[in-house]
Amino acid sequence: MTVRDALNSAIDEEMSADSKVYLMGEEVGEYQGAYKISKGLLQKFGPDRVLDTPITEAGFTGIGVGSAFYGLKPIVEFMTFNFAMQAIDHIINSAAKTNYMSAGQISVPIVFRGPNGAAAGVAAQHSQCFAAWYGSCPGLKVLSPYSAEDARGLLKAAIRDPDPVVFLENEILYGEAFPVSAEVLDPSFVLPIGKAKIEREGTDVTVTAFSKMVGYALKAAEILEKEGINVEVINLRSIRPLDRATINQSVRKTNRLVTVEEGWPQHGIGAEICTSVVEESFDYLDAPVERITGADVPMPYAANLERMAVPQIEDIVRAVKRACSRSARGK
Amino acid sequence: MAPQISTLRRALFMPAIASRFMAPSALSRSFSRSADEDCSTFTVDIAVQFKGHNVEPPAQVVETSAKELMKFFKDMSRMRRMEIASDQLYKSKLIRGFCHLYDGQEAVCIGMEAALTKEDNIITGYRDHCTYLGRGGTLPEVFSELMGRRNGCTLGKGGSMHFYKKENGFYGGHGIVGAQVPLGVGLAFAQKYEKVKGVTFALYGDGAANQGQIFESLNMAALWDLPAVYVCENNHYGMGTAEWRSAKCPEYYKRGDYVPGLKVDGMDTLAVKQAVGFAKEHALSKGPIILEMDTYRYHGHSMSDPGSTYRTREEISGVRQERDPIERIRKLILLKEIASAADLKSIEKEVKNEVEDAVAKAKESAPPDPSDLYSNAYVKGYGTQAFGCDRKHSTVVLP
Repeated sequence: MTVRDALNSAIDEEMSADSKVYLMGEEVGEYQGAYKISKGLLQKFGPDRVLDTPITEAGFTGIGVGSAFYGLKPIVEFMTFNFAMQAIDHIINSAAKTNYMSAGQISVPIVFRGPNGAAAGVAAQHSQCFAAWYGSCPGLKVLSPYSAEDARGLLKAAIRDPDPVVFLENEILYGEAFPVSAEVLDPSFVLPIGKAKIEREGTDVTVTAFSKMVGYALKAAEILEKEGINVEVINLRSIRPLDRATINQSVRKTNRLVTVEEGWPQHGIGAEICTSVVEESFDYLDAPVERITGADVPMPYAANLERMAVPQIEDIVRAVKRACSRSARGK
Repeated sequence: MAPQISTLRRALFMPAIASRFMAPSALSRSFSRSADEDCSTFTVDIAVQFKGHNVEPPAQVVETSAKELMKFFKDMSRMRRMEIASDQLYKSKLIRGFCHLYDGQEAVCIGMEAALTKEDNIITGYRDHCTYLGRGGTLPEVFSELMGRRNGCTLGKGGSMHFYKKENGFYGGHGIVGAQVPLGVGLAFAQKYEKVKGVTFALYGDGAANQGQIFESLNMAALWDLPAVYVCENNHYGMGTAEWRSAKCPEYYKRGDYVPGLKVDGMDTLAVKQAVGFAKEHALSKGPIILEMDTYRYHGHSMSDPGSTYRTREEISGVRQERDPIERIRKLILLKEIASAADLKSIEKEVKNEVEDAVAKAKESAPPDPSDLYSNAYVKGYGTQAFGCDRKHSTVVLP
């Protein structure tokens, strides 16, 4: 099943199960979705539940959040999360903080979803990864799927969740197909929020990643296996809450950590993971934590520069080798 | 839905040029060499009525010359060729990412340039290839940038949506719908602040026209009496959404409410020239004004959009037949016996060669140097470290 179909089926099933769930965004209806994620939904659920909005993110996000105050369960699609910056006040100030400010009176069961991070050659204003920004905000839940199973299970969980969820997809992954079990295909399938997945078990080093980078980490692991390094790959799935327990448990086993993300390094996901491990599992570390991130620059357009600005598999391989090059302390 | 479609159909197919077309007398005579120099003026009627909102529209006649019409023809043909070549380059994967083509809309930027100088500023969204050319950009700079080469107009780092030419008053080239408009008002603010006798033209589409920031900045432009002109390039579709599905009031020239507006046939280069000259005058003496250019794009929203799922092929070919801006100038040139059909064909051939040469040159040119990854992040880096993907493998000090 492709990630696209996984997302489409998840939205379809949740809209069928709960009449309060509706979808709005640019081109989600008649156009069948800018990336075809909402294909067929207008035809199935009608214009009252699948709404094509004008190109006015601040306005329609506010409208979505307001409807959630009243008890509806909106899914707000951003054509990319870059455009959500026009609406970020509503995501943070109106959605994330309201349950707290109202002492529980007004909950905000809304999902904000769309592609996040770099695509291919879309340049500076269309390539930013927003995981770190949203991940730092109390009141929000932030999820990022990798596989079709992740996409289905996490999106269903997000739609059912009573709190605002930022759901960071990836355009490049939409077309990628993954094997899915019958359990995953069942309409009742859901994944827990706040739990990471050990995508590949290993003994020598822990590599954390989310979204497209999980695929890169797995490929790096295959390359490293041939060189005798056994990598454990953790698919974070949940940026907030971050599954510190799984990460720490893994590092206590492997003693080495490499974090991988597409976004900028300063105050990134890797920075938080590194600190968490230093705080909770310091004595287990046999080498400094390594970070692989996007480069510290706005995304360039030229292909050769873009390749240097986004993590490549060889970057992960190199960092893992560095993490493994130091012998354990005291030995 | 049906009534709105037929209204749009009627609007799109309004008669382009007066039906008094005559076959030129001496088709074999070569006029164009002297025509290129002939500055003697004559007037032309503007077929489609200007419509004013809280303003008396300008006259329906505009002054022009043989030289000007020949320039319009050549410049628009060049732009058309450039966009067609870009389509092919995108399909051959030499252009990556997003590519938003302007073919069909050439009259807007050419008409604007006829009425403006480099003291005036233009800022627009991502459909900017032709606007860039109009502001003095060259074909090699365009194709090199589109193909991500070092000698592109932004060193290969911007791509299709991010062309700029500050020295000629072109401020981009912006990817976020609507954002360019407050930026344009800011440019106007600076012009007034610096007491420069120029105006800023902020271009946006019908899709962007509902953006709140457009109204926020319009209020301030009017309140502070800034030399700003809003130009709504209404090509009737915001990506896949037609204007009647996104706007309660698709009469964009009226949306300024307390700010006057003018509706213009955006496929008529001379009408655009007249309106833009009028608007510039207005902005310098009375304050902001909105121009709505009734125009049309032949391509879809971008190269990822076929452009035919939300409009019919008949509509597209109909506009091409009835209202194409280049054909209108061709007809006028022939009518006025300024040049022969053969002359115009040879200009088209010349321009085609120009484009092909520029493409060939761009294909040969080098990509940016790896060190360009870090250049221009700041003007002053204060010796700060910038990191590559693997910070231990690649790090640079920003001067």
